[in-house]
Amino acid sequence: MTIELRNVSRWYGNVVAVNDITMSIEPGVTGLLGPNGAGKSTIMHMMAGFLPPSRGELTVAGEPSWRHPDLYRKIGLVPERDSVYAFLTGEQFVVSTAKLHELPDPDAAADRAITLLDMADATDRKIATYSKGMRQRIKVAAALVHDPEILLLDEPFNGMDPRQRLHMMDLLDKLGSEGRTILFSSHILEEVERLSGTIQVVVAGRLAASGDFRAIRRLMTSRPHVFTVRSSDDRLLGGTLIGRPAVTAVELTRNGLQVRTSDYGAFCRDIAVLARDHGVRLREVQPTDESLESVFAYLVAN
Amino acid sequence: MSGLYNPTVAMITLRATLSRKRAFLFAIPAAILILLTVALKASRPPLRPWPSHVLGTFGFSVLIPLTALIIGTSVLGAEVDDGSVIHLLATPVRRSSVVLTKFAVATGLTVVFAAIPELIAALIAGGGTVPGQFGSGPGGPILGPVTISTGKFALGLFVGALACSVIYNAVFVMISAATTRAIAVGLLYVLVWEILMANFVSGVRLLSVSHYGLGIANGFINDSLLQAGLSALTSVILGAIVTVGALALAVRLLSGFTLKGEPA
Repeated sequence: MTIELRNVSRWYGNVVAVNDITMSIEPGVTGLLGPNGAGKSTIMHMMAGFLPPSRGELTVAGEPSWRHPDLYRKIGLVPERDSVYAFLTGEQFVVSTAKLHELPDPDAAADRAITLLDMADATDRKIATYSKGMRQRIKVAAALVHDPEILLLDEPFNGMDPRQRLHMMDLLDKLGSEGRTILFSSHILEEVERLSGTIQVVVAGRLAASGDFRAIRRLMTSRPHVFTVRSSDDRLLGGTLIGRPAVTAVELTRNGLQVRTSDYGAFCRDIAVLARDHGVRLREVQPTDESLESVFAYLVAN
Repeated sequence: MSGLYNPTVAMITLRATLSRKRAFLFAIPAAILILLTVALKASRPPLRPWPSHVLGTFGFSVLIPLTALIIGTSVLGAEVDDGSVIHLLATPVRRSSVVLTKFAVATGLTVVFAAIPELIAALIAGGGTVPGQFGSGPGGPILGPVTISTGKFALGLFVGALACSVIYNAVFVMISAATTRAIAVGLLYVLVWEILMANFVSGVRLLSVSHYGLGIANGFINDSLLQAGLSALTSVILGAIVTVGALALAVRLLSGFTLKGEPA
């Protein structure tokens, strides 16, 4: 089952949140990537039927999702907001979701979903006592209880520790390989790295890149980087650095060196060796343009 | 869900409403009414007209609307506010079923925290003799003082309070579906419309829920001191229209429930 967006725009008053996006989300795992405020949640809400597009056409499994509650038999939704029925235990929450879906055996369905999320130990506790990561998982369990063919997850890895994160990634990978359509949003590049498949990059409400993650990742790693370097002898270090092929520019400033490089990995290896060989003590080596905005801006420009 | 009442929605709603901190507020207006009744009963000779004023005017335009406001905006508005309603709406449950179930739970709670206290207060206050009114009663024209039995007085007020609980909650559930500031809007409506306007501008009574309740109560009691501006029949008809209209609007509004996106 696919999710189709054709020239979809959404605006609030005169603020454009989503601008003329056309994309197709196919079965498998897809990451919706973009900096905060790019419009990811707006896209998610429109797909989930909780926001009508201002213009354009959006269909889920061939039908418009707006004002179409029957479609939730096929969709599982994990909202970003950490608002759950905190007064229920984990099990009560998942079982009642199963009942709301009118499943023939709500208890069995809930057990299956809870086991899938590795939450069996905590189901007797009230959700109010859960950590943020556990709340995320119980939300995913509830979203999966009716075995949906489409799963929408808005920032699912927020608040998860690395182990929970890996577990969730493996789970999404498995669900995707079973032929389900899994779409998750994230503003952290590394999160999508482990999950194979395609990504859709959204920047400032527009679709900036779309396709195979590895190709886009290559574009990202080959972009120029700027480092701030402080050392015991900036002038000496700067002089030796400019001789390296990976370094394209060196500027001596009051706060140390600004070094521009075309190869992130090679520069990191070179600078350590050069500093040691010349007896220079490194005090700070800091990439300065690692903000997501700069990464995405680079993607848009290319 | 094929039915209009969904037990799972009811269970979640009831637990959510009673587990919130504001649950203790439910009983405050009722406690004030009962304490006031006990104090007046103890300090005054068993004469009219205070029971009709306290239980009628205060009960119907302050106690019941405020209790219904707190409860009626809790059952849906609180979930809309904190976003947890999404877990309910992302399921195929019919929106009409969500609205009607929440309305039923709110009405049930309001009966417990407002209509039953009204009944208890009426039983404490007791009936009595009221000045006659010009007009016709069931046994012909009434001109002289009328004696109202405690049972009749209490029954009338209880039925009127039940009607008020139903109509008010329909209105407050609708307001919760319409705005995220349901408590503020509801409070403004109660203070300005039900308490001020309806008691001072006679034409407003046609659109006042507390006057529907008083009209229905007066149909049983026939007490001029209740100052019911509408007949029982008019009250029933208008009350039914308002209830059905408000609930239909609430279903419509909830069907178009939107999540706000992140600021772009």
